[in-house]
Amino acid sequence: MTKALVIGGGHNGLTAAALLAKRGVDVTVLEANPAVGGMAATLEFAPGFRAPGLAQFVYQLQSDVVKALELEKHGLEFAATGLSTVALSEARDHVSYDDGTLIGHSISVKDHTAFVEFNRQMQAFADVLAALGNRRPPKLGYGDRSDKLGLARLAFDVRRLGRDDMRQLLRVGASNVYDVLNEWFDHDGLKGALALDAVLGTHAGPRSGNTMLTYLHRRSGTFGSLAQPRFSNDSLSEAFANAARSHGVSIRASSRVANINVVQGRVSGVTLSHGETIDADLVISNLDPHTTVMGLVGARHFDTGFVRRIHHVRMRGNAARLNLALSAKPSVPGLQLGDYAQRLVIAPDTDRVERAFNPSKYGQWSEEAVMEISLPTLGDPALAPDGKHVLSATVQYAPYQLKAGWNDDNKSRFTQQLIAQLDRYMPGISSLVEASELLSPLDIEQRYGVRGGQWHHGELTLDQFLFVRPTYGAAQYALPLDGLYLCGAGAHPGGGISGAAGRNCALEIIRQEGGV
Amino acid sequence: MLVLEKNPYIGGATVSRELHTDWKYSNCSYVCSLLRPEIYRSLNLAKHGLQVTPYGGGVTYMENGDYLAAYRDKELSYREYARHSKHDADAYLRFKTETARQCRFIRDFMLATPPDPTSFRPRDLKELMNIGKTFMGLDEEVMYDTFRFWSMSVAEYLDEFFESDIVKANLAGSGIIGTALGPYSPGTAYVMLHHYMGDVDGNVGTWGLARGGMGAVSKALHGAFLERGGTVRVDAGVEQILVKDGKAIGVALHSGEELYSPVIVSGLDVKRTFLNCMDSSDLSPDFVDSVSNFRIRGSSGKVNIALDGLPTFTALPKGSPLYGGDMHFVDSLERLERGYDDWKEGRWSQDPYLDMLMPTTCDPTMAPPGKHYMSVFVQYCPPKLAKGEWTDEDREAFGQTVIDQIGRFSPDFKDLILHMEVRTPRELENEVGLTSGNIFHGELTLDQLLFNRPLPGYAQYRGPVKGLYMCGSSTHPGGGVMAAPGANAAREILSDLKRPNTVPENFGDD
Repeated sequence: MTKALVIGGGHNGLTAAALLAKRGVDVTVLEANPAVGGMAATLEFAPGFRAPGLAQFVYQLQSDVVKALELEKHGLEFAATGLSTVALSEARDHVSYDDGTLIGHSISVKDHTAFVEFNRQMQAFADVLAALGNRRPPKLGYGDRSDKLGLARLAFDVRRLGRDDMRQLLRVGASNVYDVLNEWFDHDGLKGALALDAVLGTHAGPRSGNTMLTYLHRRSGTFGSLAQPRFSNDSLSEAFANAARSHGVSIRASSRVANINVVQGRVSGVTLSHGETIDADLVISNLDPHTTVMGLVGARHFDTGFVRRIHHVRMRGNAARLNLALSAKPSVPGLQLGDYAQRLVIAPDTDRVERAFNPSKYGQWSEEAVMEISLPTLGDPALAPDGKHVLSATVQYAPYQLKAGWNDDNKSRFTQQLIAQLDRYMPGISSLVEASELLSPLDIEQRYGVRGGQWHHGELTLDQFLFVRPTYGAAQYALPLDGLYLCGAGAHPGGGISGAAGRNCALEIIRQEGGV
Repeated sequence: MLVLEKNPYIGGATVSRELHTDWKYSNCSYVCSLLRPEIYRSLNLAKHGLQVTPYGGGVTYMENGDYLAAYRDKELSYREYARHSKHDADAYLRFKTETARQCRFIRDFMLATPPDPTSFRPRDLKELMNIGKTFMGLDEEVMYDTFRFWSMSVAEYLDEFFESDIVKANLAGSGIIGTALGPYSPGTAYVMLHHYMGDVDGNVGTWGLARGGMGAVSKALHGAFLERGGTVRVDAGVEQILVKDGKAIGVALHSGEELYSPVIVSGLDVKRTFLNCMDSSDLSPDFVDSVSNFRIRGSSGKVNIALDGLPTFTALPKGSPLYGGDMHFVDSLERLERGYDDWKEGRWSQDPYLDMLMPTTCDPTMAPPGKHYMSVFVQYCPPKLAKGEWTDEDREAFGQTVIDQIGRFSPDFKDLILHMEVRTPRELENEVGLTSGNIFHGELTLDQLLFNRPLPGYAQYRGPVKGLYMCGSSTHPGGGVMAAPGANAAREILSDLKRPNTVPENFGDD
């Protein structure tokens, strides 16, 4: 029986493990932290207060993964589904939208009409991307028959859009979200929020090229709409873990891998940080490509060109997470009661999102941050003591390489700045704060072991996409070392709670290793 | 053939103008490299007086008093780079090889009409196959490098080779010239390529000076045109392109005079052609929309200066050959990027990137003996200021910013100034006719290149009405003194007229 080790119990690792175990492989998942789930796991940040890890919403989940793993049977529950995004405004001019509707008293008829067509077109493009994301990326050049088929299928999917949409995709796909939104809309609040969708979790401003790609990538989920899982019972990560266990995967928590062992040009297993050695035929890394290659295997086992390319994979984390323990529900003037439980964003207009990005290029945090906020306790009260609430915000921009350094002083200064900014939108919130936690990209790196604190395990740009993700020579999940595979977000199609990378990797291993 | 020019002189942005007695200014474009050699030879531009000589290297001044020089001599160049970083001196050889490979790839597509990827017509499929074949003919590794190259930022591309900030700053300039993007913006690696893919006498990547200023290029083309029986009318600005029954039939001039012809070719940028010179009722609303969405934001200005003598640059040794090269004054990527941040906010860069050159150091015909002409290209400079339109006072202040930037490195420079012409995007638009002052007739971003240039579905030089063609830099392969868009348009027009093709084919000699 083939023996495989999966390093890292994130959702992609668990997906790959489950699918391989289903095929009869003896799989063990080694997780460094005390609990599996990676960025999808719930954590306590103050006594009695828990918050989602990094993934506070789910929007990229692939229905193929949900089906193959029977996640719903294994306990996946949602605290809220069909969520809208509400762009908060200091002037009470809030705008709310989802994939179908747009609500806001200052939205013009023109914008309303444009929004319908915008969504149709963007969804058509995102569907092409989703189909692409659920397959192994094709190789150019010396690919095999399935690579050629893959390229042909991509060409076919693009052609099938019809001439006008195809022309738009070929133009807009390489464009930046700032200019494209200006082509469609007039309303600042709407454009700001859509721009934030495109730059969340990236090292890019709305004017940066490739941000239409990140926008479409964000929309490429095929399972349901924007939703918030039930975090109080950790249902998201537990569903993945239960699916894996149900196929006989053994999961070992608190088992940090220190080294991937290589014997005669082939992986032979791993050594844990406390010295234990585990032998295996296959090692599958859910960690980012840099940590896997440079940290666990060692550059000496790869050729220099490959090492140099891995070294050049850009992984600049530029987002922080703020968790607030609140003594009561905050209030936003002019916000409808039902809107508090939606996805709230602060991104007043595209220029201000870009302006927030500027300082991060030079190693400083935004003076006026942009944020994606949720109040998870509204749908999931068990996350906090009775009557109390949690506010969880993804905050940009906060560069990993902060010139001043992410020490406690600076973190608390940044926290104060963010709370003061929130107070302008939610007057009085600062007096409700009982405790707070700020996860800088450095903290994210330390907690989740992801280099640069970059959630996508490598920035999602056109030059790190598809057949060059993470880099060529490793884009088809197999690293150039026999028996070693990559199943995390650093592989195609990238980050987000989607499971596609894990599933594609498992399928590729089954192809490559024949017998398993 | 009749050519109509609104100004009293021909050349557009490729001119030598005497704006100060006895001085000739290349007052827009100022150096030559992109001009397609096929055109140079087939029109015999040498016979018509065009002589391009490569100029010697360049220098970027550093804040600490040092400088980084670029020499054309390989050994000298290596030693100079090694003075700043041994690692980068070695990396530079690799950088040159890889960049040259990208140049060779793209040069083949300059003198070709981009195929329409949505079309099933045999010629489009054939051209697509041709590009595919050239691409697939590359080594697999190079294919991926090419894919990456086209979407990266120049800073990221340089980061893959170099460690020293001054080396990166020195090379990054080519990635931003004429472009409303900072060096950290994805897409700028291509812009660098756009500036590297030219040649002087077959030396790819080299830039040269046209003897007598850039007007010599226009003069030679004009000569070749006259020789073939063409006529040029100056002071004949076109007010309107006349359309009847969905077909272009002629033009009306500012004077009210109407001229008729079955073929109308516009060398203006697409916004001017379709939004200013046509009646929107002659065009479909979708077409007007996509022209309006064409991005053509100006990002640069130009300062032309007559000097009483050669200024001294403190950092350079006396008599250094670098006086004959181009000079730059920004020594880090961060400073370049901050210049772009100013542009985004509607300010000209307070610490501007300058591409400065004194052509008179090797061309004595442009100024009286012992005197000099200095050409300063300035980036970034917005088409509109945050506070509103440009005023003359703003222009003076902008000129002062440029003078101060140079003055920091040359103590005697300011005292040598005899005359100065300062051009912001406002002047470039009003005098030359470049919409928003964009020197490329449209930004060179991936979404506006190849089959997307100028607009998806209109990349084959034909306008939306019959008989109307586009031959300016808004079309493939874009801006620069290149003549390729004109040649490609001519080939399409000849084919529509069922005349034999006289347009030279790409040599494919790289």
